Amino acid sequence: MRYIEPHAHMVSRTTDDYQAMVMAGCQAVCEPAFWAGFDRGSVEGFRDYFRQLTDYEPKRAAKFGLPHFCWLCINPKEAEDVAFAKDVVALVPEFLECPTVLGIGEIGLNKNSRNELEILEMQVDLAARHDQMILVHTPHLEDKLKGTRLTLDVLKADSRIRPDRVIIDHVEEHTVKMVLDEGFWAGMTLYPESKCTPVRAIDILETYGNERLWINSACDWGVSIPLNVARTGVEMRRRGWSAAAVEKVLFDNPHQFLSQNPRFKLP
Amino acid sequence: MTRQQILDLDYLDARSKLIDIAAFLDRVDRAKGEADFRLAALKTALRQLAESTSSDRAAQTLLAFSDPTKEPIAKAPGKGAVGAWAGASDAAN
Ligand SMILES: [Zn+2]
Repeated sequence: MRYIEPHAHMVSRTTDDYQAMVMAGCQAVCEPAFWAGFDRGSVEGFRDYFRQLTDYEPKRAAKFGLPHFCWLCINPKEAEDVAFAKDVVALVPEFLECPTVLGIGEIGLNKNSRNELEILEMQVDLAARHDQMILVHTPHLEDKLKGTRLTLDVLKADSRIRPDRVIIDHVEEHTVKMVLDEGFWAGMTLYPESKCTPVRAIDILETYGNERLWINSACDWGVSIPLNVARTGVEMRRRGWSAAAVEKVLFDNPHQFLSQNPRFKLP
Repeated sequence: MTRQQILDLDYLDARSKLIDIAAFLDRVDRAKGEADFRLAALKTALRQLAESTSSDRAAQTLLAFSDPTKEPIAKAPGKGAVGAWAGASDAAN
């Protein structure tokens, strides 16, 4: 089975995870910038993180033969302090020319506050000015519905944003339709306790079709399963999907979306 | 797939998860002190699920736990989410 892991926080994972992913058929991994589990103490802390994402982590992945790409931004969990967040956003363009940067992400909302919204709008503008693709994080649990609606409003209000170059991640049954109906791509995240599970992700695919959808493990420093995309492939086969249908969702779809950026090239 | 095939594949898993929920509610009953809005939200969602005849039960269950309001809040109260919207019990009171 060939697959792409389009959303994983590999800086939090071990070399064993890299090895297991490659053994399971992973062809590329993409890492959006996100929260470290604690707030960084300075803008320079983000500069170091962006260096890690653009320089060190691709080298670490290369040791396992795995192409590594990344997305850059300040995540919504650290966007409540607007002045601080603006300084981090100002840092991002320095790194946009790095050869493995795919775009701006994962931006979005967390608690759906006005400050988060201001920083989201600022980063959508940043993406538009630099002609970058966008990866959007949608909030957790009870906040997801409202956060998805607010995010769609921001994206639709900016006429420079082309929906087919934006993926809205962490959709579930109550948000997937509104995302697809507006022409955006949608990502399903396979977490053990929140977001989606493999069986539900397959239900969503069987309900809404297999276009403009991808699945990811979003594995990070919390309880998460780095091989969940591959596991879902196994579950799809158990549910009667053909090998070609599995490959369409696990490999072709993310490949199609990500290849809109010419930097996304697989060996 | 036929309904029979899906039952063969996933019935025991669904049955097991349902019993887990029943045991969780028993565990909460046995414990001391006050519960909070999360328990009420879970019971409301369970009631709706039991009565539902539509084929979008997963979406409806997620909606039962969701903040339905449209305006951004003034300030993020913290970073986490708890799984149910506190405003639902405020609205019911
Ligand atoms: Zn993430």
